[in-house]
Amino acid sequence: MGIEERLPGGFLLGSVEKIAGWARKSSLWPATFGLACCAIEMMAAGDPRHDLARFGMERFSATPRQADLLVVAGRVSQKMAPVIRSIYDQMPDPKWVIAMGVCASSGGMFNNYAVVQGVDHIVPVDVYLPGCPPRPEMLLDAIVKLHDRIGQARLGERRARQVAERDSAALTWTPPAEALGGAR
Amino acid sequence: MTRTEERAAPVEYYAADVGDWDDIAASAVASGTDRLVVNMGPQHPSTHGVLRLVLTLDGETVENVRMNVGYLHTGIEKSMEFRTWTQGVAFCTRMDYLAPLFNEAAYSLAVERLLGVADRVPERAQVIRVMMMELNRISSHLVAIATFGLELGASTVMTNGFLERERVLETFELITGVRMNHGYIRPGGVVQDLPPGALDRVRRVVDEIREGIAKLAKLLNANPVFVSRTRDVAFLDLRGCVTLGVTGPVLRSAGLPWDLRKSQPYCGYETYDFEVPVQHTGDAYGRHLVRMAEMEQSLRIVEQCVERLASLRGPVMIEDKKIGWPARLALGADGLGNSPRHIAEIMGSSMEALIHHFKLVTEGFKAPAGQVYAAVESPRGELGVHLVSEGGTRPYRAHFRDPSFTNLQALPAMCEGGQVADVIAAVASLDPLMGGVDR
Repeated sequence: MGIEERLPGGFLLGSVEKIAGWARKSSLWPATFGLACCAIEMMAAGDPRHDLARFGMERFSATPRQADLLVVAGRVSQKMAPVIRSIYDQMPDPKWVIAMGVCASSGGMFNNYAVVQGVDHIVPVDVYLPGCPPRPEMLLDAIVKLHDRIGQARLGERRARQVAERDSAALTWTPPAEALGGAR
Repeated sequence: MTRTEERAAPVEYYAADVGDWDDIAASAVASGTDRLVVNMGPQHPSTHGVLRLVLTLDGETVENVRMNVGYLHTGIEKSMEFRTWTQGVAFCTRMDYLAPLFNEAAYSLAVERLLGVADRVPERAQVIRVMMMELNRISSHLVAIATFGLELGASTVMTNGFLERERVLETFELITGVRMNHGYIRPGGVVQDLPPGALDRVRRVVDEIREGIAKLAKLLNANPVFVSRTRDVAFLDLRGCVTLGVTGPVLRSAGLPWDLRKSQPYCGYETYDFEVPVQHTGDAYGRHLVRMAEMEQSLRIVEQCVERLASLRGPVMIEDKKIGWPARLALGADGLGNSPRHIAEIMGSSMEALIHHFKLVTEGFKAPAGQVYAAVESPRGELGVHLVSEGGTRPYRAHFRDPSFTNLQALPAMCEGGQVADVIAAVASLDPLMGGVDR
């Protein structure tokens, strides 16, 4: 949320957007935040074999104040939910969230009293990553997809328009089963 | 002090829940002393997951440590009450997620004991179980050492440890199909036999890991920074360990060679040749040395397993048709699934087999009413399972005695009176896994 957000709309903005998007996606700092099994696979993604440093992301930030990516890696218990929200609130804008694994995405196999049925009840999620746990390569894939999205992000007023377009597209989206003529 | 005086003396009160932050801060102000109350966690890079510690500090000295757990409570034990005995494996494997095969093995041993079929589990299945558990012990200890290094500020240790662990995980993937949360050891045996080429792979991996461990030992064991941060730190003597119910490498670092593989053998551990490494220092450095030596011993056991498996033939699931899972898995074009031969049999030639398959898969087998306790030596200590059955197809109660949970209560004894920086080393040397603590 720097000066680039206050630029007036016009012919220059397209290039500024490209540069800002490139800069943001090239050095995404994840928060050091792990919950369960997925956190171990997230750490494995940082090992020399999978090499998260290729994407400029090996610098895991111990404080959420210096992080712009929250990887919710693991099952979110009812007791942990407010903690996650406060971590998210402490992160500076712009920020992104990956729900890593089925537990963070939807509660997974733990459909019970203890587990929040998907972290999107607490924070907005940009990428849902299935798997129990997803292998490090899958996390890398999710990160690359998120990078694409960050690179294409608009600024200022154009960003508001982009968000509105995406929202309406999501609301009018037809599930594949219905497109094929209802449940079969 | 007379008895009356004793009764009148103020009782020190410890709340199980650490309490509200405002109350803690208010009481610190009210006490009028110059104390700093620091909240460490649940989101803290070096508390091994979501552990919350509330430290009372007098300068750099830790006066008081209180722990708050439950940030990863998943309701696994409760969920198991609504699943069949076989499905329970899928839940308990996700408790202590660095040692999934130990969770499965402990649970399966308990179910087998409940069914009274413990001595009818095939020999080959038992040897495979031992081999998988020992490989898992190595991967778990590697993470313990890797994160130990990371938490003391040495990321080289972390990257090297995880590299070696990848070798084990690749072997697991070959044998069970997944890297973690296997669901491989089931009541009655293991879910499928070793795939072709698995033994060669294990032989190769054992050699590679032996080299890797030697490298790690060279990097760490005499490293002056590591040694000065761990030697005489987080001390807990044998008496303290026994009083607090501490098991595993922490107990063995205090000098007692207590290992369930030797003292209460299961899965045929009494027939393997290995030693129980012991240190007599009772400090964080001793625990590190115990873990390093245990990995060596695990490699020895794995080698013996490979030798036996090369010549040992036979089933890997109990022959009892009422208990043993009916189908074997086979790799098809769309991933792992029931073997086509089994499907052809139940769908094409045998009505009885189809009914049998359907009953066993949808309803599960019944276990006689009663209760059992079974325990295995997990990388963190005694992992016990207490199962209660009403005689149905599901547990009435499944309870786990997780070593991480019990060991964690030794933390105040290790930290109080020490330096605040040593709290990190103490937690790392305990190697608690919050997934196991909170379940």
